[in-house]
Amino acid sequence: MKPIPFFVAASLLALASPALADTIRVEPGADAQSRLQSALIDAKPGDIVEIGAGRFDLTDGLSLDVDRVTVRGAGPSATILSFKGQKGAGEGLLVTADDVVLRGFAVEDSRGDGIKSKGANRIVYHDLRVEWTGGPKATNGAYGVYPVESSDVLIDKVTVKGASDAGIYVGQSKNIIVRNSLAMFNVAGIEIENCYGADVYQNVATHNAGGILVFDLPNLPQKGGHSVRIFSNRSERNDTPNFAPKGNIVAGVPNGTGVIIMANRDVHVFNNVLGENGSTNIFIVGYRNSFTDTGYNPLPANVVIGGNMHGRAGYAPGPQFEGGAEMLAAMGSVPPIVWDGTGSNIRVTDKAPTLSLGLTDPKARATSANPAVVDLSQGAEPAMLAPIVLPQSMEAAIR
Amino acid sequence: MMRAFAALAAWGLLVSASPPILVDDALITGDALPASLGEFHLLAGPYGQTPNAGVTPYRLNTPLFSDYAEKFRYFYVPPGKKIGWRDDGVLEFPVGSVLVKSFGYPIDMRAPAKGLRIFETRLLIRRTSGWIALPYVWNADGSEATLRRAGMRINVSWIHLDGKPRAISYAIPNVNQCKGCHDDGAGGISPIGPKAHNLNRDGQLEAALRAGRIDRLPADIPRLPVWDDPASASVALRARAYLEANCAHCHNPKGPANTSGLWLNWEQGPGPNLGIYKRPTAAGRGSGNDEFAIDPGHPERSIMLYRMQSLDPGIAMPELGRASVHQEGVALLSQWIAAMPVQPANQP
Repeated sequence: MKPIPFFVAASLLALASPALADTIRVEPGADAQSRLQSALIDAKPGDIVEIGAGRFDLTDGLSLDVDRVTVRGAGPSATILSFKGQKGAGEGLLVTADDVVLRGFAVEDSRGDGIKSKGANRIVYHDLRVEWTGGPKATNGAYGVYPVESSDVLIDKVTVKGASDAGIYVGQSKNIIVRNSLAMFNVAGIEIENCYGADVYQNVATHNAGGILVFDLPNLPQKGGHSVRIFSNRSERNDTPNFAPKGNIVAGVPNGTGVIIMANRDVHVFNNVLGENGSTNIFIVGYRNSFTDTGYNPLPANVVIGGNMHGRAGYAPGPQFEGGAEMLAAMGSVPPIVWDGTGSNIRVTDKAPTLSLGLTDPKARATSANPAVVDLSQGAEPAMLAPIVLPQSMEAAIR
Repeated sequence: MMRAFAALAAWGLLVSASPPILVDDALITGDALPASLGEFHLLAGPYGQTPNAGVTPYRLNTPLFSDYAEKFRYFYVPPGKKIGWRDDGVLEFPVGSVLVKSFGYPIDMRAPAKGLRIFETRLLIRRTSGWIALPYVWNADGSEATLRRAGMRINVSWIHLDGKPRAISYAIPNVNQCKGCHDDGAGGISPIGPKAHNLNRDGQLEAALRAGRIDRLPADIPRLPVWDDPASASVALRARAYLEANCAHCHNPKGPANTSGLWLNWEQGPGPNLGIYKRPTAAGRGSGNDEFAIDPGHPERSIMLYRMQSLDPGIAMPELGRASVHQEGVALLSQWIAAMPVQPANQP
């Protein structure tokens, strides 16, 4: 092997070395808004913005638009960005740059969303907390963490409490991992909407109205959500009454639902622990509203349910669950798996009964339903979905 | 020592026929982020109310509402260069161009002669690498404006048109917020206002052609309606002009709000993407418990109007630069939506 000329080796080292990065430190105190925002503006690619322990009282949203910046706090219970006094902006922190790492801090009481990242590829959310400290309220912001329109998203060890829509929401993105996270007291715990390729695993969704949602909506730039794996999660005791403002799609989530799959294809739900969900543990449905988007498919397809553990379910169906009260009266409880009957290739091998509502159109009212317990375990074993693999740099960023 | 020489040189200039101080083209096209607005020599006088030679004032048919602030707009194109005509979108300003906008409030909106206080001047500078946005904040006596890249809030008060005192927390945007509106959809920033159809008034474009500042003009220049001039167009077209100027910089298929699926740009056809019978995507409590962005015949239950009338940062639209409700804009859009035909099939 030829020796590498020194200057080449040196420049290779320079390219690889994070030691060149500057660390910009920001401590709590007066004028936190301006000092923290200045650091986020002045950071150069590769820099670290280190936010000290303590409480930062912010008056406006913060934003980061520089690639390859790490924003790091002293931990989600130590570094607290409080937006209680926020006067402007639609979110607490907005990220619009690529290769950003957010870790070790908390965002509290933002007036709109907690942390939003848009068009921010390879973003890492790690060891964060987003919380509305007054508990679940309709006046809380919509989403806790909100990556949208991004490729490669990692959400790891994130806690969200109190979001009036979804705690952890990933929208119109590709190649996503949500894991090791905790969502509680939100309307929806974790929601994957209009996304291509997501693995959601080892999360806990509890005390939400709905635990884990996989949705697809019309009239959006990216639609036709597909290839989502929901596995090894606990979605239990989702017992917070739905407090979403009407009009939003999640306002229709029945109180006490473990997992909802709506209008997606290739969704695999396996090895989860589901129970103490008053409406049902797993709900598979089409999109119920009218729409004019000709490129939109409102029906679920290729949904595979297997190996999930079912605890108690269906003992207190929420008012949003049309026909739920009648089913409760007729059957004593709603079965732990409910399918509206629409779509194709729905396969269930869980050791738990599945109720089909027998609808042919997801918009049809429950009064036209022909509910029946069905066996959906027949047919060929479907192919596994490939695991989501993220760029090494993203996994390395949290080691 | 250098300073002494510079002072001598300045004195020499003054005693010899006082040639005008030209706009600093090198500073405009360089890499520096000057700490003081004065260094550009774009504006002169207290609060920069006198444009320098080559700095041309302009007006828009339908401007962005900015908390009732008075806005003074100028453009600068370096000598020997021309603006490139574009049929749609923003005109092509050459490298070295600057768009200048000063924001201020009259003491009494009913009596402008009582005086006006300018608070900030924002620059959009076209460099080789693209546009950059720099916000400058004026000191109290209007002698100097300093760069505030992190933005700030100031308390502003005036006597409103109804004779009542108004006071708001006025937000000077930080540079990221500048980009929040001036997003070009490709990672960079772009001007918003100077599109041909919005500039087409008072013979401004023709004057620019005569002055050699624009390369050409077509025979039939499109014209955006004047939102508050009923003589300029129908209610519907003026409402669309209002949306174009106030919402479309984010709400377009490539803009910062594209993922909402609500696209309010002038070119957008009717349908759900314009908001008509469109359900919210990620509005959260911004929905105000209503079903549709625009509910035809029902301004009172249209999410668009709910959000325009809120001052809560989690609800208010636009998200930035609005600490007041634009009552006149709300009235125009209400009139438009009230007159829209109801389509029974789409009703909730």
